[in-house]
Amino acid sequence: MIRPTRRGFLAGAASTLALPAIAQGVTEIEFYFPVAVGGPVTKIVDAYAADFMKAHPSIKVNPVYAGSYVDTLTKAVTATKSGKGPQMAVLLAVDAYSLVDDELILPFDELAADAEGKAWLASFYPAFMRNGQIDGHTWGIPFQRSTIVLYWNKDAFREAGLDPEKAPANWAEHAAFAEKATKRDGDRVTRWGVEIPGTGFTYWLYQALVAQAGAELANANGTKVNFNDPACVEALQYWIDLTAKYKAHPPGIADWATAPRDFLEGKAAMIWHTTGNLSNIRANAKFPFGVAMLPEMKRRGSPTGGGNFHLFKGASKAQQEASITFLKWITSPERAAQWGIDTGYVATRPDAWQTEAMKKYVADFPPAAVARDQLQVAVPELSTHDNQRVTQALNDELQAALLGRKQPKPALDDAQANATRLLKPFVR
Amino acid sequence: MIRRETWQAWALLLPALLLLVAFTHWPAVATLIDSLYTTPRGSRPPRFIGLENFASLLDDRVFWTALRNNFIYAAATIPASVILALLMALAVNTALPGRPLLRMAYFTPTMLPMIAVANIWLFFFTPDYGLFDQVAGLFGLGRHNWLGDSATALPAMIVVAVWKEAGFFMIFYLAALQAMPPDLREAADLEGSSRWNFFRRVTLPLLMPTTLFVLVNAVINAFRLVDHVVVMTRGGPDNATTLLLYYIYETGFRFWDTAMAATLTVVLLVLLAALAWLQFGVLGRRVHYR
Repeated sequence: MIRPTRRGFLAGAASTLALPAIAQGVTEIEFYFPVAVGGPVTKIVDAYAADFMKAHPSIKVNPVYAGSYVDTLTKAVTATKSGKGPQMAVLLAVDAYSLVDDELILPFDELAADAEGKAWLASFYPAFMRNGQIDGHTWGIPFQRSTIVLYWNKDAFREAGLDPEKAPANWAEHAAFAEKATKRDGDRVTRWGVEIPGTGFTYWLYQALVAQAGAELANANGTKVNFNDPACVEALQYWIDLTAKYKAHPPGIADWATAPRDFLEGKAAMIWHTTGNLSNIRANAKFPFGVAMLPEMKRRGSPTGGGNFHLFKGASKAQQEASITFLKWITSPERAAQWGIDTGYVATRPDAWQTEAMKKYVADFPPAAVARDQLQVAVPELSTHDNQRVTQALNDELQAALLGRKQPKPALDDAQANATRLLKPFVR
Repeated sequence: MIRRETWQAWALLLPALLLLVAFTHWPAVATLIDSLYTTPRGSRPPRFIGLENFASLLDDRVFWTALRNNFIYAAATIPASVILALLMALAVNTALPGRPLLRMAYFTPTMLPMIAVANIWLFFFTPDYGLFDQVAGLFGLGRHNWLGDSATALPAMIVVAVWKEAGFFMIFYLAALQAMPPDLREAADLEGSSRWNFFRRVTLPLLMPTTLFVLVNAVINAFRLVDHVVVMTRGGPDNATTLLLYYIYETGFRFWDTAMAATLTVVLLVLLAALAWLQFGVLGRRVHYR
């Protein structure tokens, strides 16, 4: 989805070509990146790299598509350990603790310590920076970032006698709307009121409910979790009640990957999903749909998600400088805006939303701004030391509770005990 | 002085020996050594801790779930795929109209890569508009979340594995049946032996070498085939479909606990060695080779 405004970039970049390209002293940098949403993302990234090289002939950037987030992490870490790693990689923002603990990455604040560098690091939404801020340093530069939003099918709302233009504002409304929008044919349900997917990123969706219930899953140092806080139990109970009490959510666990399809097929009137799917849903929905902030209980809330740029230790001094130059270029307001328009990710800095291209896009398609507005109330995604394992411990127990094999409280008690055991070596 | 033949023998063995040592024996030994150390993290080097990794496995709930799942998976897929393979081979060994087509149909699942198979079945199992729910819907049955329910997720994995494997094993049985001399059948007919009697007393014993081969492969596959788990469930829900090899992968490449992954690998190696010993030692003696 490359829009005409891109031509403006290309023309601008082409004019700088007039500068004589100096063959000697070219610094080469390589970065790995994952693709986690639909669309021609690799082509877009390659085009950005080409544009950058036209503007900076002394730097050669080589973007390498490396699969999913997990694949990219695996490849980057394995390659780094064998001494042939990339200089940078786009990895999940929540993996920062593990990368720091394994002493694989460099802090950006030390490399961009001048006034300009400080201003650059301060130009992003604070909500997107928090996952990368550990031990007083900044380890990640926001790139492909997202939050969870609520998508609703306006036709389904109208059919159920609801106001098609009004999304649920709080938990009570959310449950009531979902109950009403559920359509039955005898004993069979032909359309569910709401789907909150519970595979893959169970903890992420759950974290939204927890934030709304007014709790936090972990402390800011990533050394302690609060999985069995009463508000956390309440959040899990609400999720279960959507099925058990309101009969408005499919029983068992709804799949992350098929939830957008369920929505597009009219099998679910509302879904909770990443903003990264906005372009996909916009392109394929055959009915009018709305995008809204998630409902509130004690407060509004959604975790941030997605990937940051990380700088690996193997980079030479020249490569570090070239990497910073590239990052400043690719996160500039114009390009952050273009990236958001091209993919559906949230543009990572406030001034990106003031660019002409973005203003026009939002005027054309107002739902694009919902994720931005939700950033005011967003919480950093759950991230701790030994992150993958701790979140897995939580995922397992959440799924057990959603399947009805455990009560919410004992399930979360077990998750808490497991996570506390895993985090013991990191408590100082 | 060493005889010339000895030198020649070693020289001839060398290529295979080098490959075996480099890619099988040395990694196995290295894994065993790694399992006795802690995982190196950052600047902290690995530390020798003896059998502590094995001791902490005993407390690992997911490990026991994976082990139990894997035994259920093996106990279901092995007999089901072998018996199905034999039945299919017997069916396509008789004179039927459209026999080549039938053989090809049975063999198709084997030719497809497992990742493709898993994606096809992912659609079959999708609630509401997946194939199974659409067919069930015709009979007025409600939706079922096959992969999202811990009671049906592992059976669903088993069905996929059997579907994939049976065609492969059928080929071996079919080859064995084709190689069987027709005079046995004629002799049995002259003796007035019933079809069932002939199958039980003649066909089945003659198929024993094939059965042993197929069984060995089926056992290995029961511990080796996890591609569909990665695609379809990622071990979920609540570890209902976590198999041993998948857990090793997660521990090694998602949690980066390489020492624990090595420990799990040693357990898997010992398990497979014990099963192989059982098969060749006990079953092997009952097999008649012509």
